[in-house]
Amino acid sequence: MAATKTNSEEVYRIGIDVGGTNTDSALLDSQLNTIHTVKVHTTRDVNEGIIESVRRLLAESGVNPAQIRYAMLGTTHCTNAIVERKHLGKVGLIRLGAPATTAVPPLADWDDTLKAAIGPHAYVANGGYEYDGRTIVELDEAEIIGYFHQMKGEVDAVAICGVFSPVNTSQEKRVEQLAKEVLGANMPVTLSHEIGSIGLLERENASLLNGALLNVISGVVKGFEQALQGFGIQAGVYICQNDGTLMRSEYALRYPILTIACGPTNSIRGAAHLSGLSHALVVDIGGTTTDIGVLAQGFPRQSSAAVEIGGVRTNFRMPDILSIGIGGGTIVRSDESNGTVTVGPDSVGYELLKRGTIFGGDTLTATDVAVKLGRFGWEGALTESLDEAVCQKADAIMTRDIEDAIDRMKTSADPVDVILVGGGSILVADKLEGVARIVRPNHHDAANAIGAALGEVSGETERIYSLDDMTYDEAMTDARNHAIEQAVLAGADRSTVQVVLTEDIPIAYLPGNALLVKVKAAGRL
Amino acid sequence: MTDFKLTELNEQAVEYIAVGAAVLGTGGGGDPHIGKLMAIEAIRKYGPVRVVRPEALADDDLVVPLSMIGAPTVMNEKIPSIEQMTKPLDLMEKELGRKVSALMPIEVGGGNSLVPVIAAAERGIPLLDADAMGRAFPESQMVTFHLDGIDCSPITMADERGNAVLMHAIDGVWEERMARAITIQMGGSASICDYPVSGAQAKQSVIPYTLSLAYEIGKTLFESKELKQNPIDALLKQLNGYALFHGKAVDIRRRTEGGFTRGEAVFEGTDAQKGRTMKLFFQNEFLLATEDGRSLAVTPDLISLLDQDTGMPITTENLKYGARVTAVGFPCDPRWRTPKGLETVGPDYFGYDTPYIPIEELASKKGGEL
Repeated sequence: MAATKTNSEEVYRIGIDVGGTNTDSALLDSQLNTIHTVKVHTTRDVNEGIIESVRRLLAESGVNPAQIRYAMLGTTHCTNAIVERKHLGKVGLIRLGAPATTAVPPLADWDDTLKAAIGPHAYVANGGYEYDGRTIVELDEAEIIGYFHQMKGEVDAVAICGVFSPVNTSQEKRVEQLAKEVLGANMPVTLSHEIGSIGLLERENASLLNGALLNVISGVVKGFEQALQGFGIQAGVYICQNDGTLMRSEYALRYPILTIACGPTNSIRGAAHLSGLSHALVVDIGGTTTDIGVLAQGFPRQSSAAVEIGGVRTNFRMPDILSIGIGGGTIVRSDESNGTVTVGPDSVGYELLKRGTIFGGDTLTATDVAVKLGRFGWEGALTESLDEAVCQKADAIMTRDIEDAIDRMKTSADPVDVILVGGGSILVADKLEGVARIVRPNHHDAANAIGAALGEVSGETERIYSLDDMTYDEAMTDARNHAIEQAVLAGADRSTVQVVLTEDIPIAYLPGNALLVKVKAAGRL
Repeated sequence: MTDFKLTELNEQAVEYIAVGAAVLGTGGGGDPHIGKLMAIEAIRKYGPVRVVRPEALADDDLVVPLSMIGAPTVMNEKIPSIEQMTKPLDLMEKELGRKVSALMPIEVGGGNSLVPVIAAAERGIPLLDADAMGRAFPESQMVTFHLDGIDCSPITMADERGNAVLMHAIDGVWEERMARAITIQMGGSASICDYPVSGAQAKQSVIPYTLSLAYEIGKTLFESKELKQNPIDALLKQLNGYALFHGKAVDIRRRTEGGFTRGEAVFEGTDAQKGRTMKLFFQNEFLLATEDGRSLAVTPDLISLLDQDTGMPITTENLKYGARVTAVGFPCDPRWRTPKGLETVGPDYFGYDTPYIPIEELASKKGGEL
């Protein structure tokens, strides 16, 4: 792409999305127009790929680094660390639950490898609140101090999770003080009420994982800030969350778990921005998989199921994504003896340019099929040797699989609009069953980086109200106001802050009309 | 129905029962996840639990149901302790001056199907393959024991602090009122033993083999994934059930009344049912399904919502806009169709202005193919 003429008064932002195969980056102006995008391979040391992508972005766009005011990073570092059980820190847990909660100990549904990574220091101490904030039992500070002494020198972080701490945060905060007194003021402490919602085990799991990821995220943030400084970029640094909003780097250093699964979210947000649509399906085709998400009111539809991360149940809100094993590098096999053709699920991944048949390799891939069928031109492609009948069959299988997946994500039988993004989107024909129209926006292969750069910051509130003390409307107004204030505190421009999620759940079997209210507000930087 | 008979509860059986009980929970009874984890922990600690059939009971055996009362949301946060599970049992044995021969679940829906496993494992007491609802219902008197005029007292309750209550109620309706009030003081979730019965009474009054049934339902749902067969079809065949509606949730209204979540959900038909609309009414459990004011299924027959793809059950608390579901219905135990049964758990009791018509009859009258 040629260098774009840029305005010396303009203020720019960079968005970077580190995926398993590629590191994508995008440069946007203050009106959120895409100025330039770059795609490089994700490197073993992820920071090298990030540096290379920023270097190219600056060189190719000709933008003055001093005019870049914001830099956003979406990364799979944390997800990978959990899945691979690598670079995880040891975490000491204090559950404030006894005498309740002892029928299910901490880490009960964790597999042994992940348990081993976290370490052996998990304790159930006296404490906890009732749903209305009443104390169940007072803290036994001597007991807790004793547990912290046992952790001394053996943990990298501490997680504290108390019964009904989202309703009353005092005990968790007091125990944080005790942790710092015994283990030092620098000991990182994760308080569960700042991370998850009602549901003790899921919140505790999320808090433990958060503690385990602190080293990982600190490497990411430092590497990113150094890279930016190296290029003379003095920007506010933000890290992407899985709900499509951003957190300041200082906040990310404390809450790395919130970065999990931001990749698909960034793609969906980017696709919405590029296409101008706010209700559609987003089909993101990469090298190894196709991820399908639902865009509703400009944000990804959230999954209603409990979310497992690395096999552990947590209570995050995550985007509802369906993944199938079709991507540009997906391997196609044919059995000449009976004429059958199979597609995937394995892929040549980042080795596509080496192993794909049209590039002179020995493996028939989905990309070879697309080029042979004339869907996409590739200079110097070696298509003569490819068997057209095999390609037709493989194409029919891939089309059917993608159509099936689209249908499963639809909310009605009506045809939907589909936004196609990702490097592998060339695989798809221009007509699909059940689809009203296919939109292939400009910059479609960097939608995730553009999504990262869009930059909305959010605030949340979640608490149980008693409707004996106030009306429903008063409770909702209180929750909304609190969420909006939180968003402003996080850096959002007050005039752009909107409530993006409201949920109220009456708590069954409880008189007093208890109502659990969750509100999220988001606004632009 | 099934000829399978469960003889022992191990970790695998607990996994299956948790899913089966969510189907039989008809949207209520809470997410069985915590019940499942507690039961698995107890089995790991104390070993598998022996399961006995009602016919194996001696007439003078003492059988005690053990369950949790209160808000499932609270139990997911303030998880019980093992002591809280054995405390009402101890108090019951002390009051009656004898040992318990078998524990049983009061309902086979949701988390309560697995709650007695914890105390059974810890005390080495067998679990009865039966319950007193054959599904989940919201109130204490909604048990087959009540239909048979069996005394609900003595009633014992405990919280996690060590508080325990011994109570005598003149009937299940009064038990419900008093136990609910105590539960609030205990923090919204408490353990409870009620309707202690003799072996003879149990044989006459319980709904037999419902743990085996829940096990079989869970097994079917898990295995159909591996066998790549349609889980909902397999389930309907297994339970003599009826597919009521195929659609997506487009409107869900919940309100709290007297401590219960009441409301209705509206579903728009998908695929072959496009253009049709089903309404589901619930009070914790799904109690009435209608289309254009016409009943598709009525309490006490069972109504469950299943995820269209996986066949996994969806609770009233987890039902969300856009969920793609198949509503299914199953005939209830015949005792719920007697005059006293319908007076206790029929549509009139829950305030629905519609007569009870058995699901078999409604299905035969139903126009149009599903």
